[in-house]
Amino acid sequence: MSLFSQTNREVLTGPLNLNNPVVAQVLGICSALAVTSQLEPAIVMGLSVTVITAFANVIISLLRNTIPNRIRIIVQLVVVATLVTIVSQILKAFAYDVSVQLSVYVGLIITNCILMGRLEAFAMMNGPWESFLDGVGSGLGYAWVLVVVGFVRELLGSASLLGYEIPFLASCDFFHNGMMTMPAMALIICGCVIWAHRAINKEQ
Amino acid sequence: MIKEFFDKIRPHVEEGGKFHAFRSVFDGFETFALVPNTTSKTGVAIHDAIDSKRIMSFVVIALLPALLVGMYNIGYQNYNAAGVSADVMEMFLYGLVVMLPKIVVSYVVGLGIEFVVAQWKNEEIQEGYLVSGMLIPMIVPVGTPLWMLAVAVAFSVIFAKEIFGGTGMNIFNPALVARAFLFFAWPTQMSGDKVWVSTESYFGLGCQLPDTFTCATPLGEAAANVAVSASPAEMMFGLIPGSIGETSVIAIAIGALILLLTRIASWKTMLSVFVGGALVALLFDACGSTENAVAHLGVDHLWLGGFCFGAVFMATDPVTSCRTENGKYIYGFLIGALAITIRVLNPGYPEGMMLAILFMNMFAPLIDYCFVQRNINRRAKRTANR
Repeated sequence: MSLFSQTNREVLTGPLNLNNPVVAQVLGICSALAVTSQLEPAIVMGLSVTVITAFANVIISLLRNTIPNRIRIIVQLVVVATLVTIVSQILKAFAYDVSVQLSVYVGLIITNCILMGRLEAFAMMNGPWESFLDGVGSGLGYAWVLVVVGFVRELLGSASLLGYEIPFLASCDFFHNGMMTMPAMALIICGCVIWAHRAINKEQ
Repeated sequence: MIKEFFDKIRPHVEEGGKFHAFRSVFDGFETFALVPNTTSKTGVAIHDAIDSKRIMSFVVIALLPALLVGMYNIGYQNYNAAGVSADVMEMFLYGLVVMLPKIVVSYVVGLGIEFVVAQWKNEEIQEGYLVSGMLIPMIVPVGTPLWMLAVAVAFSVIFAKEIFGGTGMNIFNPALVARAFLFFAWPTQMSGDKVWVSTESYFGLGCQLPDTFTCATPLGEAAANVAVSASPAEMMFGLIPGSIGETSVIAIAIGALILLLTRIASWKTMLSVFVGGALVALLFDACGSTENAVAHLGVDHLWLGGFCFGAVFMATDPVTSCRTENGKYIYGFLIGALAITIRVLNPGYPEGMMLAILFMNMFAPLIDYCFVQRNINRRAKRTANR
């Protein structure tokens, strides 16, 4: 079986669109609201979740035949917690400012519904390579929603992108919308993304 | 004559006509001008002379006194701040010039979105915006720029109304959502002490005031622990700084009378808002902290800020308030109580009426549910005992 067979490609691309964890399954909304007031933490958060989901999926998939069924959640949590700690330490070492901005939300990746959902629903039943692709797909599916929401919120809320002020917009009050910096507006933007997604994919 | 005019246009907008795209617009205008002549063919139907378009027109009529006094007050505040004397007509005309663009923007943006949605979903145009469109310009400070108003109107029509299913289905009062959006999006332009007096001169009317001019509302003064400078008579007539329509107690009372006589608003809601507000205000007056001036306004709370306007025009909105008769008492009481509580206990918000009403809008279905369930249980018990 080739590495990028038809089914494997579907495993990778499904979560990006039709089976998107945020937009279609409505998982992981809490962190999507909390970290998207600016684009940079949103991107970092998306990448962290992608890395953790991918590697947790691989490790659990390798262990799946030896994990006793009754304690599988504990085993999964230990694996995820280890990976979250590693990512958190790496962020603190190399991107300290962002890790301060993300504060507890990096640690809270451990409770991210997407992670546990992928481990339970996919990694426990599939081989490591498929699980890796599934983890990367799910993580990136989560990441692109965060990036869209973060883009809109940072642009309209503080007239900047990735922390750089945009010259002509910065003097305009319209781009300093305080509502955009509040989590309430993130929920509405998330809703709009879901709205657009369902309007495009009518078959859902 | 009006009927002939509509009959002449009708063939063009019906299926296959060349202006079919404007069908919903035509329909909207026709039913606005004339009572629809379609009657139900089956079953029993009771006809009333008043339908929802007529209700909306009555509410707009009830708003007119507050609007006119509000316009006069815009002029009064401007001339007063500049120290220039002017006659009543000049003040009123200035207010009209300042106010009219706001009303036009509100209606054009709001009705525009309603028309587009109606056409898109192949429905009739819904009439609910007639009232919201008048309310929104009246509950913002005079210093709100037009583009902000347009953004807020678009936001509230789309997100507070259309996504819930349009007129009659909305959970939150669209006018208050527009105001809340403005309040949280651009707080510096919606509160503070720079926005309550119009500082520009238009068409030779009014006076140009310096950019640094400030003037706080009475509630703002109290929140800053300064003695309230407005006299009781000024509060009654509405010659105090504040959002455009909310200042005059007398004009709002006339509007309340119209609403009550036509039985559009519920006296139960209205009364219990005032009772709740008065009780809590007196309670804070009796045992509030001495350092907090807002706590010791006592029943003056009821005449200041948007309390009257909210109680009469916002809390009684038949769509977002409680539908059960007993529920209306609780709903109104809690609005009044919460509004005063927010004013007194939260230094960040000198005015609590908007948040109190929005908050209770959310709980209205729950209150209704409790009363309906209680009635069901009572009747079930009654039949079970037989």
